[in-house]
Amino acid sequence: MAPHGASVDELCSVPALLARNVRLYGDKPAYREKEFGIWQCWTWAEANEEIRAIALGLLALGIERGEHVAIIGRNRPAHYWSMVAAQMCGAIPVPLYQDAVAEEMAYVLDHCGARFVVCGDQEQVDKVIEVQDRIHHIEHVLYNDKRGMRKYDHTQLNWLADIEAEGRAARVRLEPELEARIAELTWDSTCVMLYTSGTTGKPKGVVLSNRNIIETAKASVAFDHLGQDEEVLAYLPMAWVGDFIFSIGQAMVAGFCVNCPESPETMMTDLREIGPTYFFAPPRIFETMLTNVMIRMEDAGDLKHAMFKHFMEFAKTTGETYGMPRYRNKQSKPTLRRRVRWAYRYAMGIGFAVETIVENAVRGFFVRLRHPIEARKYFKARGPLLNLYPQPLRDYFNYRTGDVLVYGPLKNTLGLSRIRVAYTAGEAIGPEIFDFYRSLGINLKQLYGQTEASVFITQQPDGEVRSDTVGVPSPGVELKIAENGEVFYRSPGTFVEYYKNAESTASTKDPEGWVATGDAGFFDEGTGHLRIIDRAKDVGKMADGRLFAPKYVENKLKFYPDILEAVVFGAGREMCTAFINIDLTAVGNWAERNNIAYASYQELASHPRVLDTIQAHVEELNRSVAEDPMLSGCQIHRFLILHKELDADDGELTRTRKVRRNIIAEKFDDLVTALYDGSDSIYTETEVTYEDGRKGSIKATLQIRDAKVVGRPQAGQVAA
Amino acid sequence: MTMASAEPYVTEDGRTIGGVVMELKNITLRFGGVVAIKDISFDIREGEIRAIIGPNGAGKSSMLNVISGFYTPTEGEVWFEGKPRPKMRPYQVAQQGIARTFQNIALFSGMSTLDNIMTGRITRMRTGLFSQALWMGKAEREETEHRAAVEKIIDFLEIQHIRKTPVGRLPYGLQKRVELGRALAAEPRLLLLDEPMAGMNVEEKEDMSRFILDVNDEFGTTIVLIEHDMGVVMDLSDRVVVMDYGKKIGDGPPTEVRNNKEVIDAYLGVSHD
Repeated sequence: MAPHGASVDELCSVPALLARNVRLYGDKPAYREKEFGIWQCWTWAEANEEIRAIALGLLALGIERGEHVAIIGRNRPAHYWSMVAAQMCGAIPVPLYQDAVAEEMAYVLDHCGARFVVCGDQEQVDKVIEVQDRIHHIEHVLYNDKRGMRKYDHTQLNWLADIEAEGRAARVRLEPELEARIAELTWDSTCVMLYTSGTTGKPKGVVLSNRNIIETAKASVAFDHLGQDEEVLAYLPMAWVGDFIFSIGQAMVAGFCVNCPESPETMMTDLREIGPTYFFAPPRIFETMLTNVMIRMEDAGDLKHAMFKHFMEFAKTTGETYGMPRYRNKQSKPTLRRRVRWAYRYAMGIGFAVETIVENAVRGFFVRLRHPIEARKYFKARGPLLNLYPQPLRDYFNYRTGDVLVYGPLKNTLGLSRIRVAYTAGEAIGPEIFDFYRSLGINLKQLYGQTEASVFITQQPDGEVRSDTVGVPSPGVELKIAENGEVFYRSPGTFVEYYKNAESTASTKDPEGWVATGDAGFFDEGTGHLRIIDRAKDVGKMADGRLFAPKYVENKLKFYPDILEAVVFGAGREMCTAFINIDLTAVGNWAERNNIAYASYQELASHPRVLDTIQAHVEELNRSVAEDPMLSGCQIHRFLILHKELDADDGELTRTRKVRRNIIAEKFDDLVTALYDGSDSIYTETEVTYEDGRKGSIKATLQIRDAKVVGRPQAGQVAA
Repeated sequence: MTMASAEPYVTEDGRTIGGVVMELKNITLRFGGVVAIKDISFDIREGEIRAIIGPNGAGKSSMLNVISGFYTPTEGEVWFEGKPRPKMRPYQVAQQGIARTFQNIALFSGMSTLDNIMTGRITRMRTGLFSQALWMGKAEREETEHRAAVEKIIDFLEIQHIRKTPVGRLPYGLQKRVELGRALAAEPRLLLLDEPMAGMNVEEKEDMSRFILDVNDEFGTTIVLIEHDMGVVMDLSDRVVVMDYGKKIGDGPPTEVRNNKEVIDAYLGVSHD
């Protein structure tokens, strides 16, 4: 590893890349945002103007080199610009999760020592003001959305547009200073600091250098041949490393356009309007989309329903072969060719449908006329059509027909028509969900990454995609697997350090640069793809020494559309048990269909028929877990459905919606005890936090069910 | 208008509000033998939030209908912008810059949110039926302008996600918001809100309160509102009129009204011993 020096082409910082993009793609769109019902667009040249104005404004306010600038808000161009502007001034942007409550924000703001805070709107400003009397180093608060801000005390508060204007006014005076600061940026200057969501303990500030971000972005852009003509939708939290890599790193390196939705609620509509070619979503989003499709198909007319069923069944085996967009082998811009190909495919679809009907009618008529007896035998055995073409050709034509009738319109509704590369990561995705999207001809792939690696550790190359692996090491990444199964990596994207936390840095990253992922996994024999089983520290032993991999089981449970979250217990115990959260959308829909009245999540969750359904799922899971001799101990013996949905506001999930097992075990201590002491039901009271920070409590009596397990001989049976 | 009332007035939270926009002088309203409003006088000042409160049947809605010009008072005069207001038809009132929302939602349930709010612009549309039908030149330009104004309101009320949804399919809280949007689309000088928060949960009430304050703050609109929720009224309004059995029993800033003995009696009941 070369810690010093510059990149090959001198483009060693985001501002430098921006300058290059202005030169190369000046009049091409760089940012879009839907505002007032219209997609507002900024070209690279215009965006550059805005960014420089903000940077000059920050200089006018007296920003210093190396200080941190906190950015809190939803995905909007102005927030991305503020980040790049901070980098121009030699400062370090620190994006924060906008849905964090003031308390959580206080810790991060205090830890990074930010003097400048850029807020999206009044809500965020309020939170900052709330903590400001404890955190004295906050000097300037800037806000982007003016509404409701008129009455505030503006001694420390500024509208971002005013700062820009101030910057423009002071251009002559401050331009040389700005140029000097941009020129000072090197390969080793810090590009961004991101706080990890913190599955355990307090969030840690991960320091990523220009080298980390830009090299990773370059490698991944080359890996998928991303071009200047890609469209992405920036809708994931800005504080998450993925968004930084996609919307700043890769966008700057490849020069593609970043689209920001109008509001979080309009994300699906905006997705459809933009039709991204490169898309990233956690499995949850894909699950929700699929659930919505299924629910709406239930309500569709008989013809549509039948067509959907027929063609989806057909696509399961053929989609992978005939549905995928042509994989690119170089960065190119074949816009016209793509259109021609699309028109050709479409014509094939319609053409074949007409062809089949006409040809069959004509030929079939003569065949029946000439050979009535043989024809009757033939049609009886092989269906109503004459099979005029060889099977692969028929499949191809059939798929094209399906594309016109079902897949195309469906992809269009989902906003995924133009997808060339889509990734899912963060959690395991259900094989049915994964296959559903792939069979539609959406090139959905998996990747495995983390903040400390600037996202990419492994990813699946085009054409080598499987639902149960996370792919091969990304370009430039070295992998090794320790004796206990933990995965280690070393890459150009490996983080510099945890901010103000040398101890954690040392325990995570060894002197040679190997970083522990904390996940246990192994390489799949034959394909060489990595498979992740679970968090290394969660993989434990049960009382009798059998392997306990809770997340593996939880993920399998979550693949059922009815189940939203599951928490499995069993480390050091005789048997495994589980808490389950039902999915209110899916189960609610089922309840409506079956005339089951319910008023709340709690009421639905305690309905005996819901319990029956979940029990069936658990027993099915037990059968499938039992097939794997290593993991057969993880069958779930007893379970209950929780009376409340697990929520990040109550600290039960991280902000990226990962289960915090220990906190849940502690909080619902009484329920865990009940699962193991054999009781049928338990009364409990739980404190909940509402979105506005107020607290309340939920009381409930929960039923505990026993599920059938497979394989393990009962003591009594052995004796008999 | 007397000189004294034209002077600015300083509210409890230190905000200065302007001169009198509307003055109601000795209003009495009778329906046959029933007296709905009995000799009430008060004024509404530029840029303030004026609340009218009172128990059920106190005559609040009738008062609002008098202000909006829907009812003509049996006795007394309504002075608007320094002139006595003659008897008017509702559309003439709307043209004067008075818009309102209703206690029971009165939207076009088959039309989208966007179209509903667009109807609020009707008093500002100038082109004729014929050119609108052809949709060329002036009519097209005019629609673009109105659409831009409507989009600003949609953005302001944070209802982008339901822009194209028929309002009949929306939950109650959102329909109320759309109704507020339609009233705002007329760019009123005086906005009348009839129980904007009736039947809402706490969260929806908080949202609505924020919108009312923001409307007052951003556009400087004068607002008259009727509300039952005391907490909301006390927090939002600059001045409060309290009515009981058609009579005015209190008038002034919220804290003063809250401590008014008659008001407490009317609301909490009084023991007759």
